[in-house]
Amino acid sequence: MENFFTDNDDILFHLEHIDLDRVIRLREDDFRNEENAPWAPESVADAKDSYVRVLELIGRVCAENLAPQAAEIDAQGVRLVNGEVVYAKGTQEVLDLFAKADLMGFCLPRKYGGLNFPSTILTIAAEMIARADASFLNFGLQQDIGETLNKFGSEELKSKYLPRLASGECGSSMILTEPDAGSDLQAVRLRAHQAPDGKWYLNGVKRFITNGNGRIGLVLARSEENMQGARGLSFFLYERDENMVIRRLEDKLGIHGSPTCELQFNNARGYLVGERRRGLSKYTMWLMNSARLGIAAQAIGIAEAAYREASKYAEERVQFGAPVRSLPPVYEMLTEMKIAIEAARTLLYETARIVDLKEGLEHMKELHPDRADQINSDLKNYARLANLFTPMIKGYATEMVNRIAYDAIQIHGGTGFMRDFNVERHYRDARITSIYEGTTQLQVVAAIGGLTSGTIINALDEYESEDFSHAPQLHKRLLTARNRFEKALVHIKGIENDELVSYHARRMVEMATDLVQSYLLLRDARHSKRKLHVAETFIEKMSTRITMNAEFILEGDSSLLRNHREIIG
Amino acid sequence: MGLNLIVLVKQVPDTQNVTGNAMKEDGTVNRGALPAIFNPEDLHALEAALRIKESVPGSRVHVLTMGPPTAVQVLKDSLYRGADFVALISDRRFAAADTLATSYALKCAVEKIGSYDIVLCGRQAIDGDTAQVGPQTAEKLGINQITCVSEIVELDAQKRTITARRSIEGGYEKIKASLPILLTITDEGFTPRPPSAIRMMTYKNATTAMSGGDFDETYLTGGAGLKAENAINLWDSNAIGADPEHCGLAGSPTKVRAIDLVVLKSEDIRMIENSDEAIGDMVHELVADHTLG
Repeated sequence: MENFFTDNDDILFHLEHIDLDRVIRLREDDFRNEENAPWAPESVADAKDSYVRVLELIGRVCAENLAPQAAEIDAQGVRLVNGEVVYAKGTQEVLDLFAKADLMGFCLPRKYGGLNFPSTILTIAAEMIARADASFLNFGLQQDIGETLNKFGSEELKSKYLPRLASGECGSSMILTEPDAGSDLQAVRLRAHQAPDGKWYLNGVKRFITNGNGRIGLVLARSEENMQGARGLSFFLYERDENMVIRRLEDKLGIHGSPTCELQFNNARGYLVGERRRGLSKYTMWLMNSARLGIAAQAIGIAEAAYREASKYAEERVQFGAPVRSLPPVYEMLTEMKIAIEAARTLLYETARIVDLKEGLEHMKELHPDRADQINSDLKNYARLANLFTPMIKGYATEMVNRIAYDAIQIHGGTGFMRDFNVERHYRDARITSIYEGTTQLQVVAAIGGLTSGTIINALDEYESEDFSHAPQLHKRLLTARNRFEKALVHIKGIENDELVSYHARRMVEMATDLVQSYLLLRDARHSKRKLHVAETFIEKMSTRITMNAEFILEGDSSLLRNHREIIG
Repeated sequence: MGLNLIVLVKQVPDTQNVTGNAMKEDGTVNRGALPAIFNPEDLHALEAALRIKESVPGSRVHVLTMGPPTAVQVLKDSLYRGADFVALISDRRFAAADTLATSYALKCAVEKIGSYDIVLCGRQAIDGDTAQVGPQTAEKLGINQITCVSEIVELDAQKRTITARRSIEGGYEKIKASLPILLTITDEGFTPRPPSAIRMMTYKNATTAMSGGDFDETYLTGGAGLKAENAINLWDSNAIGADPEHCGLAGSPTKVRAIDLVVLKSEDIRMIENSDEAIGDMVHELVADHTLG
């Protein structure tokens, strides 16, 4: 029986070595189990055992039920019939299986019927699902929406809607984008007005809404009529009724199994989530960060699928009397793909763990206000790291999957260009990942502050305090690269020209990502000889990239900024 | 009023993933060399029971298996998928049972549960492939049976009738019968649901409890009252009131002398003329050497 969990040595490696003890203790409030749920863990080992069992279950459903239907789901796509979305047959079938298996409340508290699993485990599940079918977004969305509601909604909204999300009775969507408010969500116009009786009503159009047919949606709307920008926006829960119309479905390049809807709200009832005017600055940002982790996992899943297809084909395809994988250009591509995937995975789990610690500490602070003083400094540290690492991994993983899908087709040659082979679908599906939930360019904007503020230096110092005596030469090389990066960072911080800083921001973030990944791969190498080889080859290329980027920043004259108008008009 | 459903399941060696030493020298299955799995068609039978439970409120699904202590795994799996009550029928006295002795023990266990409406089991197990245990159990219980069921067309809990579609060679037939009844289920329908994550975490540490006394309906309740401890009942031959003479080796008239691997291969090809006479001659020749008839 195939299983996308047990067949993935790298996931198993990380699950064995990642330190989740504190994450689990925080999430379980030291195993108090006040809800008295019979499926609550009694210890760290018990929780980990449950994670493995549930991941095995998902791995099996992904391999046996979802992956075999992915090509058909892609071919069938979604349809709008009498104003209602109809999923492809396979999507609906697997959605039902997920609901029957009680998986839809993966991260939700047990009192609402959830499993209360941490984000780190969610990313593993999300990766396996995307490897099977990148368009199966319902599961991940449900977690993001459920968690946002759980964190910021009133008890009344939570007890009414979370059990329905956890059981899978309701699908969900995040309803943010509008025709004139994409990357710039501050420009959102959909209006929320409050009737004299205090009830809120929504009017306006939303566009590019993934799974906009979901029974429950979280809507970003302008509640303050005369207030422009982010401060006039609030967050609303909307439950499907006749006052919202799905106007059309988009015809997309990839993820055909996922409906992308245009929605028109006609005086539809909304329920305020949290406080007014914090819609974008607090709730949407939290939701987006959570979703970004999911998209990074999705990207790694697609990359894993594409890599496996390419590796298999390169083994089977004989040219010049030997399998093509024995040819240097081909095995170079395959090796680069595998290293990039593992570099992404190690950063993803590190990020997810940081996010889990941050969320766990926040939760702890709410439960035990008397311990706030103890918790605060730790919490601030993890919050800063989460704000830096989340856009870093989202940017890296989603650009990486596009390169991998490209090379996976390249390894197939002409065959890969044909619809008969899966790599063509992976290539199309990969493309959206570096666009939605914030383009790569926006991830750079989100991450650069963490570089100039010094968060990155603290993080690197923290890694530096670990033991790397198992690889002294690599460690030395890494320190040289770090030195170059820090010189560039000092230079950037001294620049007062915003345009120039913005111009170099991508290179700076790429360098920082390279360094963090090097430390993490070197840390992984402590447990495995194979990982030492991965780290060696990664660090060799990384240090060359850093030299190039640092030199470009320190010694280049930024002619592009001077010349772009003359060149592109 | 719900229905009492009893599913008979078996843990079997995974004969689809056979390795080198799958058979012992004496021709019997080397169970130690093969991974043990839930007999595939029994999973379909469990799924059929769970669907009936969902359609007839108040119904309960009991799962019974006869086997060694390691067979608790299929009972746990049944709990993960939604069973309300499970029992392992295990005793040294049941060892080396053939289909007759097995169906006798299962009949005793079914009767221990008391009132029941539908007994379900897979059409056959992938180790022995006899397809005899289901029908024999029905005979011993003295109830109706429909074998090779791929679909339940109609179930009327009030009138206590069931209409099922059963596969027959070259087609299917629909049969209506009254309850209580035993159904054997094929893998053509009732695709098994995955285990529930919540139930898996609840029951993963479930232990077995000896239960020799009267059957307690309230022992395990579904939903909010899930109890993990002692969720698996252990019944020995005394508990189910089985006569030792009819159990295990003593109750098994089947004796396996040896198992041979018979490979059929063609050694010769003869072409004949396409005429009635030539074909007639060929048929006579085949009848004469006992290839036909």
